Amino acid sequence: MANVIVCVKQVIDPEAPPASFKIDAAANKVVPPTGISPVLDPYAEYAVEAALKIKDTVGGKITAVSLGTGQLRDVVKKPLSMGADELVLLEDEAFAGGDSWSTAYALAMAIKKLGEYDLILCGREASDWNAGQVGSGIAEILELPSVTLVKKIEIIDGKARVERATDNGYEVIEVSLPALLSISHEIGEPRYPTIKGIMAAKKKEPISWAPGDIGVEPSQIGVAGRRTKLTKLFQPVREGKCEIIEGESPEDAGANLAKRLREAKIL
Amino acid sequence: MAEYKGILVHCEVAEGKLTSMATELLGGGRKLADDLGEPLSAVLIGSGVAGLAQEVIAFGADKVYVVEDALIKDYQTDPYIMVMEKITKEAMPQVIMLGQTSIGRDLAPRLAFHLSTTANLGCLELAVDTETKRLLQTKPVYGGNALAIFISETDPQIATVRAKAMSPLEPDPARKGEVITVDAGLAPSLIRTTVLEKVPEEVAGIKLEDAEVVVAGGRGIGGPEGFQQLEDLAKLLKGAVGATRPPCDNGWVPTGQQVGLTGKIVTPDLYIAVAVSGASQHMSGCSGSKNIIAINKDEEANIFREARYGVVGDWKKILPAFTEKLKELLAG
Ligand SMILES: Cc1cc2nc3c(=O)[nH]c(=O)nc-3n(C[C@H](O)[C@H](O)[C@H](O)COP(=O)(O)OP(=O)(O)OC[C@H]3O[C@@H](n4cnc5c(N)ncnc54)[C@H](O)[C@@H]3O)c2cc1C
Repeated sequence: MANVIVCVKQVIDPEAPPASFKIDAAANKVVPPTGISPVLDPYAEYAVEAALKIKDTVGGKITAVSLGTGQLRDVVKKPLSMGADELVLLEDEAFAGGDSWSTAYALAMAIKKLGEYDLILCGREASDWNAGQVGSGIAEILELPSVTLVKKIEIIDGKARVERATDNGYEVIEVSLPALLSISHEIGEPRYPTIKGIMAAKKKEPISWAPGDIGVEPSQIGVAGRRTKLTKLFQPVREGKCEIIEGESPEDAGANLAKRLREAKIL
Repeated sequence: MAEYKGILVHCEVAEGKLTSMATELLGGGRKLADDLGEPLSAVLIGSGVAGLAQEVIAFGADKVYVVEDALIKDYQTDPYIMVMEKITKEAMPQVIMLGQTSIGRDLAPRLAFHLSTTANLGCLELAVDTETKRLLQTKPVYGGNALAIFISETDPQIATVRAKAMSPLEPDPARKGEVITVDAGLAPSLIRTTVLEKVPEEVAGIKLEDAEVVVAGGRGIGGPEGFQQLEDLAKLLKGAVGATRPPCDNGWVPTGQQVGLTGKIVTPDLYIAVAVSGASQHMSGCSGSKNIIAINKDEEANIFREARYGVVGDWKKILPAFTEKLKELLAG
């Protein structure tokens, strides 16, 4: 039996066409694209999948914790519909606008309040700010060992044996429990919610905690707790002049491309 | 309290050599140190790394801290945090630079929280703000759809830098610097992980990161057989094969061939993207290529916004003819 906590959040759909991505430069903010629904952060989904794999093999309980404002129920309940047991939301305005510091701190305090756990799982990096820090931050605040870029987890003799992706392969690491693991995509495609899961998720009321419930210092959360300042947000300029090579047939176009690259001295 | 001053670079070593990431950081760090008018230090951590100290100086460092211990022969989070904390207290740098590698991605954030400061990961550019003297840290966000410039309000300011974002200096073997050996002083009982095994991924031929030509395939390739055709083209052009994430996830190619935000960063002269849609997270790993060529059946695909030349159509028909013609042209 393993008690697993998974940190998740809602993001702008990272797979939306890049052309739909807009920012409000004056406000240094991203403008959510119209007509494209937000989604559960993909790496958070991988983390939920990792938790479910553990539950499949050794049993136990999965609690998802999500920090953020304006979270759609359908989105944040996805871990439940995939098979998680509980959902805790930190959706007070005071939590909003934070950086890795204030976010990790609030999540760590919520996890402390949850109490018992063997593993805390996070995605390796969220698709919005790509910070890649919250997992390690939670581990440091809770004084837990951490392994990042995890692609496989086994629970053996009260320890976790994990595979960690490295730049040129992977390593097998044994870590004492409780521990924090940040999950990479090699863990395997997240499963689809089942009809049963969706029904159960519909009925489940998430637990919602305000800052006072988890004993956080107001000065340490949300905007107030930021230690990094975003000075500028902008879109890189793309020259975007693509010369389309044509031909009588696709084969002909392929041959023409070869000729054109030769002419342009690219090859 | 002592003042935070200067730059500290964490130099990674692989197979007894300084990595290209390390020399790039030293090049970038040297420039920042000169802009600030402050010294550049570096730290070498491992076992049997002391012999590299002079080379680190040749690449631009004024001072090299060497920490050797059998316990830190391989990277592990806990002992590295202890060592970096010790070196930070000794060197008191206002900036710590690490590589955006599997080590840096792990070490930087945990170290930042440990030292009650901040980190920014995957920076493309670091510059000194002339007014405040703080570090302006530019990094891709939203998968590369946008760039953000951050300033840390606490010291030391920690940043990891992406591969190929900075250039190494021409090494000067006559350069003088100071080498300081520091005792790791590690307590084994405080290390909560054990590395049981290291499994390297075998890659035949030219390394993806070093290749001047990369032939990359996407989901539209459809399977491992298709990648064989890309392999043939790569061989002809003395290049390497890359991929988007789906082919790696599907096991068509080894995961080490993934290019992008969560894969490898490549900057070849020529990047041929076949059946790749051009998602920002993928482009984030290859947009530094000199020339991008796209073959895609969807004329609306984002890759055509990034490519210099393109063909719209089915790669299965286009690619063999392209390869054939190239063979002919290159022979002639
Ligand atoms: C946080 C995060 C990190 C990520 N990191 C990475 C990363 O590092 N690297 C990465 O690659 N992705 C990454 N992704 C995934 C990324 O968002 C895209 O899903 C992925 O890059 C799409 O790969 P693709 O272009 O191969 O597939 P698709 O988007 O499905 O595109 C396939 C393309 O093939 C074309 N096609 C199909 N058949 C043919 C044919 N017969 N002939 C010609 N063209 C054809 C189609 O028109 C289409 O454009 C990340 C995602 C997130 C959220």
